[in-house]
Amino acid sequence: MSHLLPAGFADLEPFAAKWCLPTEHERYNTRLASSMDELQALYDAVTPRYEEAVTHLEKLPFDALPDDATNLLHLIYSLIQASFPVEVWHQPKVPDTGSSTFDCFTEPVP
Amino acid sequence: MPRFPKPPEGSWTQHYPALGTEPVSYEDSISPEYYERERKAVFKRAWLNVGRVEQLPRVGSYFTKDVHAAHASIIVVRGKSGQVNAFHNICRHRGNKLAWTDDPKRETQGVCRQFTCKYHGWRYDLDGALTFVQQEGEFFDLDKSSNGLVPVHCEVWAGFIFVNFARQPEQTLREFLGPMVTDLEGYPFERQTSRFGYSTTIQANWKLYMDAFAEFYHAPVLHAKQSPEKYSAAAQQAGFEAPHYQIDGPHRLVSTSGVRFWEMDAELLKPTEILTRSGLFGPWEKYDLGEMPPGVNPANCDPWGLDSFQLFPNFVILIWSQGWYLTYHYWPTSYNTHVFEGNVYFLPATNIRERIAQEMAAVTFKEFALQDSNTLEATQMMLETGYVDRFHLNDQEILCRHLHVAVRDWVNNHEGARS
Repeated sequence: MSHLLPAGFADLEPFAAKWCLPTEHERYNTRLASSMDELQALYDAVTPRYEEAVTHLEKLPFDALPDDATNLLHLIYSLIQASFPVEVWHQPKVPDTGSSTFDCFTEPVP
Repeated sequence: MPRFPKPPEGSWTQHYPALGTEPVSYEDSISPEYYERERKAVFKRAWLNVGRVEQLPRVGSYFTKDVHAAHASIIVVRGKSGQVNAFHNICRHRGNKLAWTDDPKRETQGVCRQFTCKYHGWRYDLDGALTFVQQEGEFFDLDKSSNGLVPVHCEVWAGFIFVNFARQPEQTLREFLGPMVTDLEGYPFERQTSRFGYSTTIQANWKLYMDAFAEFYHAPVLHAKQSPEKYSAAAQQAGFEAPHYQIDGPHRLVSTSGVRFWEMDAELLKPTEILTRSGLFGPWEKYDLGEMPPGVNPANCDPWGLDSFQLFPNFVILIWSQGWYLTYHYWPTSYNTHVFEGNVYFLPATNIRERIAQEMAAVTFKEFALQDSNTLEATQMMLETGYVDRFHLNDQEILCRHLHVAVRDWVNNHEGARS
């Protein structure tokens, strides 16, 4: 099986296929479609590796990240998504937001 | 006892006596008939921001904008000599929408050398001139030179593109904006090209959402659970007070004081805020944007959090002390629906930590905005029942009071001038 993440982050590989997503829209919708157990598992796995991941990414050219590094960055963006349900909401959705959506149609790359 | 001094009149609201202090009616937000009056008096007469010059990076760059409240769809394009022009998005032949992709009900953007109508192939150059008519010889007395695209008044201020649908605007854009807004000139909007753009449709009148972001009295309550419990409890107990409110013509401003998150106890912060060194107020590492123009933080608040400028009628520029800014647009589509657009602007990130801090700030903004928007739908629903028709506004809600007065004045002035 090919690796999506840089060598050294093999422990995060089980999360990669689901969470290394290039757009906020995809990450947010994946969050909504996930259980709290799944979000907690992602949060618990990535948070302790955060500093190492950023240190790894910092050594690479910011404007020309290789694919595996871009995936790692997207995983960090997914951690940010998961952090709100885990740290404050205790549910995937923002409370009291019903069917409201707020769609991201443009964002910086990477 | 107020934490910040109020004007000598006793309150911010009484400092602007025309506003009154009595309970207000929201009939202007629940009436289809009033919406039609607003469309004519406000959206067809005021200067409306439709975007920024960075959205038109080169000659031939264009975007379309559908302004339902003005019954308009326009093309905004960078013309042959680099100037920004706006035209009604209509072919002069049989009235087809000229620029659209796949779905004519949606806006579009791109780069082109000319506009070609999908229906019969008439072509217009970037300055709007009609340059080609399919089977021209079949027409009768067709003068191409007088059948170019119909222009819309278009002016640029500080990189913001404004249009005006009046036949002849009563004021230039600068006159319309007035000194409180034009004093922002020099703020480096043009350098902050890293943009997160969001959009949603809200089942509420556009003014009610303007009101939602014109006061922060709601923040410790509606957004209480955004923060760890200890912080929320402290925030609710303290309530909210702004150090400065200002009104200039139809436009308004609130400045708030700052919170130095990086100096706060860890138990008052979310762990991921500490990890990413970012949150609602933006990246903790402040961007150095150089010296600020006089319009920014006009009351010299220290610590200063943000300035929220509400430009009449439907545009907000919110400048954070951490060196980034937001814009909000509220585009009415009926008396009880509108499209809300929020844009988050940063200096382009130069390294991974900066970029991650931007992601954290933008995502946090979205979490807050989602709470605000859904609450508004609950407000609209109950206002429309009509069983309660007068509502109390406190001194921290002065800007809500002012927006409705400004709209009413524009409607009355317009209708007075017509009769």
